[in-house]
Amino acid sequence: MKRAVERHLNILEFTLASLLRRRAKNLSLLAMYLLVIFMLASLLFFVSALKREAAIILNDAPDMIVQRLMAGRQDLIPAGYAAEIAAIRGVTAVRPRLWGYYYDALNGANYTIIAGDAPTSAPGRATVGAGVAKARNLAVGDLLPLTSYDRAPVMLEIGTIFPSGSDLVAADLIVVSSADFHQLFNFPGGQATDLAVTVRNPRELPTVAAKIASQFPDSRPILKSEIQRTYQSIFDWRGGMTLIVLVSSLLSFIIFSWDKATGLSAEERKEIGILKSIGWETSDVLLLKFWEGIAVSLTAFLLGTVLAYGHVFFLSAPLFAQALKGWSVIYPRFQLVPVVDAYQLALLFFLTVVPYTTATVIPCWRAATIDPDAAMRY
Amino acid sequence: MRRSLQFLLFTAVNLTIFLLLPLHARHAQSGGYAKLQSAQLRSLHVTDLCLATEARYTRHPAMADRHAPFQEHPLALEHFPSGSLILPPLQHREKP
Repeated sequence: MKRAVERHLNILEFTLASLLRRRAKNLSLLAMYLLVIFMLASLLFFVSALKREAAIILNDAPDMIVQRLMAGRQDLIPAGYAAEIAAIRGVTAVRPRLWGYYYDALNGANYTIIAGDAPTSAPGRATVGAGVAKARNLAVGDLLPLTSYDRAPVMLEIGTIFPSGSDLVAADLIVVSSADFHQLFNFPGGQATDLAVTVRNPRELPTVAAKIASQFPDSRPILKSEIQRTYQSIFDWRGGMTLIVLVSSLLSFIIFSWDKATGLSAEERKEIGILKSIGWETSDVLLLKFWEGIAVSLTAFLLGTVLAYGHVFFLSAPLFAQALKGWSVIYPRFQLVPVVDAYQLALLFFLTVVPYTTATVIPCWRAATIDPDAAMRY
Repeated sequence: MRRSLQFLLFTAVNLTIFLLLPLHARHAQSGGYAKLQSAQLRSLHVTDLCLATEARYTRHPAMADRHAPFQEHPLALEHFPSGSLILPPLQHREKP
C-alpha cells in the first residue's frame, strides 16, 4: 500500500516538474480552462438562483390576472367586469389593479407605478424602490416631483424606501395612492389596468379561466402557473444569454480537448521515448499523463467553480448584470440567495474534467505502446 | 515539502472550499426570504421580477403580448438589448 502511494507521489512529482518545464504554455492553458469553467459555473449558479427566487416571489402572485384586449393590444378593463367575474362560482375575490409606467425625462429612467392600498400609500405619499431612490437621490421625507399627463406637477413625499435586498422585485417601483395614480396618468374613472382574481380551489382555475374567456371574449386570463412557467423558461438553456454562454464555452472546451486528443508535440513524444528507454513501463507513462490531465482539469474545475460562486453570490454577478442591464437606467443589484445544484455541478464535472483527462491519456497511450527508438526519432 | 504533497494539499484546500459551498448556500437560504419580501411588497401581489427596466415587455414579460417587441409600427424590429435575453411569455390564452 505504502509502495503504491509512493509510486503515485513520485509520478505526480515528475508530472508537476514536467508541467512547470513548459510553464508559460501550461499556465495559459490552465487560465483558459479555468475561464471556461468559471463562465459555465457562473451561468449555472445565476440561473438556478434566479429560478429559485422567481418561484418564491411568484408564489405571492395573484391566482389569475384578467386583461382586456383591444385590437390585439392590452387595454384598460372596465371595473364593471370585476363584479361579473366575482359572481362566477369558485371566485372568492376580484381586485382591480392600477399600474403603469412613468418615463422620467430627467434621467431617462422608466418607473413602474402601482396604486397600493397599504396605509403608507396615503395621498401625497409614496413608497419607492431602492433603485428609484438612488436614481433621484431621495431619502425618506424628501419630495419626488413628477409631471402628470396634463402637465400638472405631482409632488409625492417619500414615506418609505424598499430595502435594496428586495431590488429583484421593487428596484423601479413607486407605490402611490389610487387618487395620485388617477391624477398622475389622467386615468379614467371606472377602469383598471387589469384584474387580480382569487379562486378558492386552485384546481378550478382552468375552468374559471375558460368561463371568463367565454363570458368576456375580449379578455385574456393569465394563470399563476403560466406566469411561473414564463419565469422558469426565461433562463432556460435554450434562451438567449444562456445559449450564447453555453455554446461559446463548450466550443472553447471542445477546441482544448481536440488539441489534446489529436496528438502530441514532437517534444512530448520524445519525452515518452526517453522515459520508455530508461525503463518506464507503459502503465507508468499512462499514469504520468493521467496525473497531468487531473492536475490541470481538477485545479481548473475546483478553482473555476469556487470563483464562479463568489462572482454570482458575493459580487452580484457583474458580468451577467451588464448584459441584462442593456439601456436600463434603473437596474437591480442581483443580491441572489445562493443555490448549489449538485446534479448540475456533477454534470459540469463529467462534461469537462473527464473528457479532458481522457483526451490527455489516449494519444499518450498510442505513443507509449510504440518502440522507444521510433518515438524518439519521430 | 515535496512538490507533489504541496499540490495535493492545495487540491485538498480547494476541494474543502468546494464542498463547503452547498453548506453555505443552505445556511444563506434559511434567512433569504424575509430579506427579499416585506409584508408591503407581498400585499402588492407582483407578477414579475425586476430584471430589466428598459422596455415594458422585459420589465413585465409575464404580462406582455408575444408580439409586444414588434408592435410599435408594422416594420418595427425588436431593438432593446434585454429583449434578446428575456424570452417572451410561454403561452397566453390568446383570443382572436
